[in-house]
Amino acid sequence: MKIQNARLRWNEFMSDSVNRNKISKYSHKAKSWLLTIFKMLILIGISFIILGPIINMISESFFSPADAYNPSVFLFPYEPTVSNYSLAAARLNYWKTLGSTGIYIVTLSIIQILITAMAGYGFARFDFPFKKLLFACVIITIVLPTHTIMLPLYQSFRNFDVFGLIKLFTGEHANLLQTTTPVYILTMFGTGLRSGLYIYIFRQFFRGLPKEIEEAAFIDGASTWYTFSRIMLVNAMPSVLTVFVFSMVWQYNDMFYVRLFSIPSSQNMSLSLQSLPANVQFLDQIRDPIIAQIYTYAGVILTIVPILLFYLIVQRYFMESLERSGIVG
Amino acid sequence: MRHKRLTLKQKGAISGLLFITPWLIGFLVYYLGSLVLTTKFALSDVSFAETGGVVTKFAGLKNFKYALLEHGTFNQIFVNSITDILIDVPFIIFFSLFIAILLNSRFKGRGLVRVIFFIPILLGSGAITDTLNLATQNIQAGAAGMMTDLVPTAGVNVDFIVDVMMDLGLPDKLVDYVVELVGRIFDIVRASSVQIIIFLAALQSIPPALYEVSKIEGATSYETFWKITFPMVSPLIVTNVVYTIVDSFVNSEVVETAYDTAFTMYNYGLSSAMSLISTIAVSLILVAICWLISKITFYHN
Repeated sequence: MKIQNARLRWNEFMSDSVNRNKISKYSHKAKSWLLTIFKMLILIGISFIILGPIINMISESFFSPADAYNPSVFLFPYEPTVSNYSLAAARLNYWKTLGSTGIYIVTLSIIQILITAMAGYGFARFDFPFKKLLFACVIITIVLPTHTIMLPLYQSFRNFDVFGLIKLFTGEHANLLQTTTPVYILTMFGTGLRSGLYIYIFRQFFRGLPKEIEEAAFIDGASTWYTFSRIMLVNAMPSVLTVFVFSMVWQYNDMFYVRLFSIPSSQNMSLSLQSLPANVQFLDQIRDPIIAQIYTYAGVILTIVPILLFYLIVQRYFMESLERSGIVG
Repeated sequence: MRHKRLTLKQKGAISGLLFITPWLIGFLVYYLGSLVLTTKFALSDVSFAETGGVVTKFAGLKNFKYALLEHGTFNQIFVNSITDILIDVPFIIFFSLFIAILLNSRFKGRGLVRVIFFIPILLGSGAITDTLNLATQNIQAGAAGMMTDLVPTAGVNVDFIVDVMMDLGLPDKLVDYVVELVGRIFDIVRASSVQIIIFLAALQSIPPALYEVSKIEGATSYETFWKITFPMVSPLIVTNVVYTIVDSFVNSEVVETAYDTAFTMYNYGLSSAMSLISTIAVSLILVAICWLISKITFYHN
């Protein structure tokens, strides 16, 4: 009986349209609140997964050896010290390595932008025989992993020659290994680190620009090269920025080419970071792995900071330009 | 001699070719040439000449046979890498699409969250992960390994959830899959940051008018997702799948094995054969998946 009564009253209540509106309004509000909380939980959770190890690393990099062995120390060291950083910086040869790495990645990125933008522009705006086939080749260079061709690349730079000219003058082939020249040569000829991807991005972007710009420039007597370098490249700023950021970051993190061409670790941050644990162990006679780890953490933080600062500076423009950069097509 | 004038079209063709010349030279010399050489290495016995060059002697499919049938670990590593990739890909794609949708909505601190989600790309360096792995390996090997057991680390405790799922009677295979994914959540988050950015860019390029129309017509957000958001980003799913597969392949152990074979054992022929086998396998997977996805893809233009 009671249940029936309740049901009757409920039906009465629901038949009143004012009440029904109220309920749907509240339930709607509750739903959107729940959804927001759910969203926030997920975002915070994943941010924690990303940031957790980094926070841990930062805090431990300030630990003194006593703190590292004290189980009650968590996140906040009792005796914070920066001596880890000074040793890690000394073993990494920090400022010198950073300087040469900086020059290396900036020049490479600029060459990368120029060459891939040219190729992208050529594919986007001109008609020439075999265009489709050639563009398919660009796609192949994106898709095929570089390691397939690593041995021939190694060989060709081990015994480098242009039409036998170098051998003619010096008597033997040039050995370009252990220098950064091979990477520069590859980048200059559009086969550098992920060049295919950048060509694709530029092509998509240039295809989206209105043709009238070039026609106006042509009528005003601008040469094709002038139109490209002074008008189109400037208009392609979103793509240029996207490619610049990706190229800097990937070049900084690249290990494949660096290892393949045995580039000396004094010229590359990632490589000198990799030899840091061994250096600390053998040069400073720090055999205890837990203590050695503190120095490694300090070294990793020192390596991350420059590229993180770079990203923080450009990130606002980067995120804005991403939408228009041509990634989406 | 009579000077022949070029038509505008021919002039365009020439300037187009000039623009792509640097790339074309690089492609022909360093890419195509190298690919041919790799194939040649794979098909021959490679020995070193005194001048530093290499001498090749044709040996047929010997290297391929050795890599697949006789080499101690290669086929196992190869199969493991491929299955790992196939397991990860669907999850990475759904995860990155989901996160991109979350990041696309307006909320306070969106800029900050976007910065955080880009950090894995900055840390994606092989060097950093290698160094950290080495550091932890040393610890686990040493007597100091006791220490790490004493101090609880900020990890994911999955035991409880696994028990619940088992009690619910879910199939073991599914539970295993989920547990494996959860255990590697950091790797997956790290592997999906570029994909998140690509999806984010795609989401932002959807014309808002479509959403307005569907709202006026009374579509629920569920319907809006399946009828508008999903079809509009579906072309980018192909891009992301390709990117994910290639990226996880480059970082896989197969590449490591091929590298070691070449530069520590100096067996160029075998290494080339390994590279070629894995490349062919990946290409086949890519073609198959792209064909499958292109059946359900919607092209706006």
